[in-house]
Parts: sequence; structure tokens; C-alpha cells
Amino acid sequence: MNMQGLTLIIVVSLLSLAFVFAFIRMVCGPSLPDRVVALDLMSTVAIGIIGIYAIATGEPVFLDVAIILALVAFLGTIAFSYYLIRISHRENAEER
Amino acid sequence: MQEVLYSIFMVTGAVFMCIAGLGILRMPDLFMRLSAATKASTLGVGFLLLAVAVKYPVIEIISRSLAIIVFVVLTAPIAAHMIGRAAYLSGIPLWKDSIVDRLCDRYDRCNLLLLGGENSPTSPERQDPE
Repeated sequence: MNMQGLTLIIVVSLLSLAFVFAFIRMVCGPSLPDRVVALDLMSTVAIGIIGIYAIATGEPVFLDVAIILALVAFLGTIAFSYYLIRISHRENAEER
Repeated sequence: MQEVLYSIFMVTGAVFMCIAGLGILRMPDLFMRLSAATKASTLGVGFLLLAVAVKYPVIEIISRSLAIIVFVVLTAPIAAHMIGRAAYLSGIPLWKDSIVDRLCDRYDRCNLLLLGGENSPTSPERQDPE
């Protein structure tokens, strides 16, 4: 096995491990913001995996997918945080 | 030489990503998890896209990967700040051994205003009789 194949196997296994860790936290996270943070980390790891895939297959066109994924992940996180603030505001108003 | 360089970048980025995953799995508190995941994953994705830019030294690939790096570095702290603020306002408890909470008495949770800030209705500047 050549050097680059071994490096790719190590890198992809480390990234998959990070993805699995974030997925475990997303499944058994105790509250909703934990799950949102885990989802954000999963999308960031997915951007890295797309970059490694562009190296492994020799087609750098996949970087466009990474750009779109970064944009969508940022917008999703912002939307989730607005939703959380709205919910806490409403609960506080009901308590008052 | 080029192959060694981008292999080093790839392995470094993947190790930082794995550290981020370990941090989000093992840290005891939402805010510590947020801190570990955001910083380590930003550095990791920067190294991975730098490896892509070293592998294909063409101007369009370098510009694309640098654009993704700049975008992630700009947006990850904003997203982490928004999530942390929303979690603090919705009453997520801190870790039981945390020793300082400077926002504890300074947030008006009903109106989402920082007491003593310049937008606050109870700000001392506005109560001054002119």
C-alpha cells in the first residue's frame, strides 16, 4: 500500500470517528441546544469530508458542494437560535 | 515534497476534527461543548481545505478553498454566539462546579435586555433628571 492510500485511510477514519461522536451527542443530548451544536459540528465535519473526497477522487469540483453546505449549515444554526430565543421569550411572558 | 505537505495538513486537520468530536462527547456542560466544538472544528476544516489548496495549486481551486476558509472563520463564531445566547436565555443550567456566572443578575429575561446596558430602560443615563 502506498503512502497516500494509508494517509487517506487514517484521515477518513478520524473524520468518521468525529462524525460518530457528534451523532451520539445529537441522539442523547439532554436539551435542544446540545442537539443544535452537535448538528453544527456534523455539518462542519461533512465539509471536511467533502474536501478529502475531492483529494481522493482527483476531482476538485466538489468544493462547490462544500461552499453550499457551509452556507446552509450557518443559516440553519441561526434559524435554530432564533427559534430558541422565541420559545424562551414566550415561556417567560407566560410565567409573568 | 508537495505530497508530504498536504498529507501533513490532512492528518492535522483530521486530528483537530477528532478532538472536536471528543470534546462534544465528553464535556460536562453545553457551553464547554460549544467552545470545544467550535474552535477545534474551525481549525480542523481550515487545515483540510488548505490541504486541498496545496494538492491542486491552480488559481481557481486555491480561491475556492480560501473562500470556504474565510466563510467558516467568519460564520462559526457568530453561530456559536447565537446558540450560546439562546441557550443561556432559555435557562440551560451550567456545570455544577462552575465558579463564575457574570450574567446571572444582569439579564432581564422577560424583555431580553442587558441591565445596565445602553438599551436598557433602567439604565442610569436615562434616569438622570435633566
